Amino acid sequence: MQKKIMAVVMIAVLALSLAACSSGGGGDKLKVTMVTDVGGVNDQSFNQSAWEGLQKAGKDLGVKVSYQESHQDADFVPNLETALDAGNDLIWGIGYKLGDPILEAAKKNPDTKYAIVDFAYEDTPENVVGVVFKQEQPSFLVGYIAAKMTKTGKVGFVGGMEGDVISAFENGYHAGVEYANKVNGTNVEVIIQYAESFTDAAKGKAIANSMYQQGADIVFHAAGGVGDGVIEAAKEQGKFAIGVDRDQNYMAPDNVITSAMKRVDVGVYNVVKDLKEGKFPGGTTVVYGLEEGAVDIAPTSDKHVPKEILDEVEALKKDIIDGKIEVPFNQETFNDFVNSL
Amino acid sequence: MMKENRLKFTIIAILIGLVIGAIILLAVGYNPLEAYGIMIAGVFGSPKYISWTIIKSTPLILTGISVAFAFKTGLFNIGAEGQFIIGALVATLAGYFLHLPPVLHAIVALLLACLAAALWGGFAGFLKSKFGVNEVITTIMLNWIAFYLSNFLVYWDKFKRPNSEASQKILSSASIAFPKEFGSSLGSFFNAPVNFGFIIAILVAFLIKYVLNDTTLGYELRAVGFNKDAAEYGGINVKKNTITAMMIAGAISGLAGAVHVLGVTNEISILSAMEGNGFDGMAVSLIGGNSPIGCIFAGLLFGALKYGGYKIQPIMGAPSEIINIVIGIIVFFIAMPKMIEGLTTIRSRRKRGGEVERSK
Repeated sequence: MQKKIMAVVMIAVLALSLAACSSGGGGDKLKVTMVTDVGGVNDQSFNQSAWEGLQKAGKDLGVKVSYQESHQDADFVPNLETALDAGNDLIWGIGYKLGDPILEAAKKNPDTKYAIVDFAYEDTPENVVGVVFKQEQPSFLVGYIAAKMTKTGKVGFVGGMEGDVISAFENGYHAGVEYANKVNGTNVEVIIQYAESFTDAAKGKAIANSMYQQGADIVFHAAGGVGDGVIEAAKEQGKFAIGVDRDQNYMAPDNVITSAMKRVDVGVYNVVKDLKEGKFPGGTTVVYGLEEGAVDIAPTSDKHVPKEILDEVEALKKDIIDGKIEVPFNQETFNDFVNSL
Repeated sequence: MMKENRLKFTIIAILIGLVIGAIILLAVGYNPLEAYGIMIAGVFGSPKYISWTIIKSTPLILTGISVAFAFKTGLFNIGAEGQFIIGALVATLAGYFLHLPPVLHAIVALLLACLAAALWGGFAGFLKSKFGVNEVITTIMLNWIAFYLSNFLVYWDKFKRPNSEASQKILSSASIAFPKEFGSSLGSFFNAPVNFGFIIAILVAFLIKYVLNDTTLGYELRAVGFNKDAAEYGGINVKKNTITAMMIAGAISGLAGAVHVLGVTNEISILSAMEGNGFDGMAVSLIGGNSPIGCIFAGLLFGALKYGGYKIQPIMGAPSEIINIVIGIIVFFIAMPKMIEGLTTIRSRRKRGGEVERSK
């Protein structure tokens, strides 16, 4: 009996390894892949947005695209190696957590191109491009909208985990509220809380609920999967929420009044397009802001936000692009900004 | 005989798991042979892949042994995750702040991590023996306390690496990675961060097997596990043994965290969710039939599934959810050879029953 089973197992293994040999091969199409951070590819947020950009590149530009999910931080390095072994021409790291692993991989394999979202190196190797976004700009705009639309005089911000990127969301938003206060002579307060997580939706819901109980009626989140809970709380309590990264209105059409869009898909698509056209911007950090159309408020904003506020937002956008308003992105620049008002 | 049967059923269970996984892949329109082929090639295709599989498996083997050990003594250690985090945290702290000569530094860091995690696990044992609080509840709670304690300390100025979400890296004297010169002759096997962790895990497995089967302590612990009241009647101090068992279980999980840090990551980062090294340990323990030696193989199998399985996605384009379901199903089946055993005995009994009928 024992021997029979072993024989069956061995045959199965052999058959499978033969199958493995016969597969593979791919032609000379450009191959691009991305390694997600621990949020996974369906995070309703920037990993998903990046994958959408890559899929679009696959369709429009005829490149072969794929993704690989990371389940813990220790997965980054082996995932990047798998991506390398699969013969990809360009390998994306999505999120600042992949900053160090990408740099290390790029140094080891100078013939492969790498790109990273949300991370800028001080000294970028020739085969790497960094893609960063001015997330403080759309945050400023939605902060302004929130301050104009609140009825209780209190708005909330739920952050994922403290760090440069989320800090830019927070300070941009806070600055938008303060700017509206100054211009309109109001006194809207901002309640700020961090969830210490990018995945715990239950926690996002609990924090949003407590903010609504404290009297806030609009809550903005920059917290990845945690934000699902924030939007759910808004839906249950009949309050308002502001989405992030993608237009999240579809998650609660009556409650998500606008979203601070950070078009990671645009950034990803553009770099792949450049690569295809032989203009890969290696060795540089590409910065995307309002000017490039890569950050904005959601196109569905007109469903809830009155026209006159949207007109004011358009004017603000112009001021930001012209440099009349410099949106702060950290605590220090925020303090300067408030003092200058 | 028992052992042979057990192995037989485990192998049958693995095959059933693979078959059902294949059916699901077929149902969604992917070729299961190709998928499994990618997985096997992804694990055995290159010496580097094999070493990655071993690296992935090492912490799972240890947390598996931790859960198995507690289980043998009648305790359900759901706290392996938290003990892992404490072990990783203390190992990083010791690896960064202490300044000691190479080998000694690593040993001190490992021991400190074990000690801290032993106290962490032992606390749950203490609550159980002193106040009768169920260890399932306390260890789950302690998991979260460990989780946030770790995040809190990584944010501490002196420990956090500037402009990152991670702690400072351990000093090279605390590393348990194989020395670089060692590797060049063996090719790409050493391209991955190969380290002494796997050897430590195997030593621990045999040590725990010895403690359980051949020492007075092990005898007492197992007696408590079999029947607490009988053990007490027999003059065994149940309360003391509960604390000891949880301390040892904690130490093993802590060791898992420590070898992971000292061998692979060299740092800990802010956790946004539990990483699952301890929870997977429960599955490993189950697959390994709660035996320390079984955990070595179960851990390797589990690590291979996780490392190789996720390679299917980018090549075949199957959604990662499907891959997760397939891996889940395979684990589900290998975790329950008992059911397979039950099914086959019922069948053979029926058969025998039929023979009796006929002979009448």
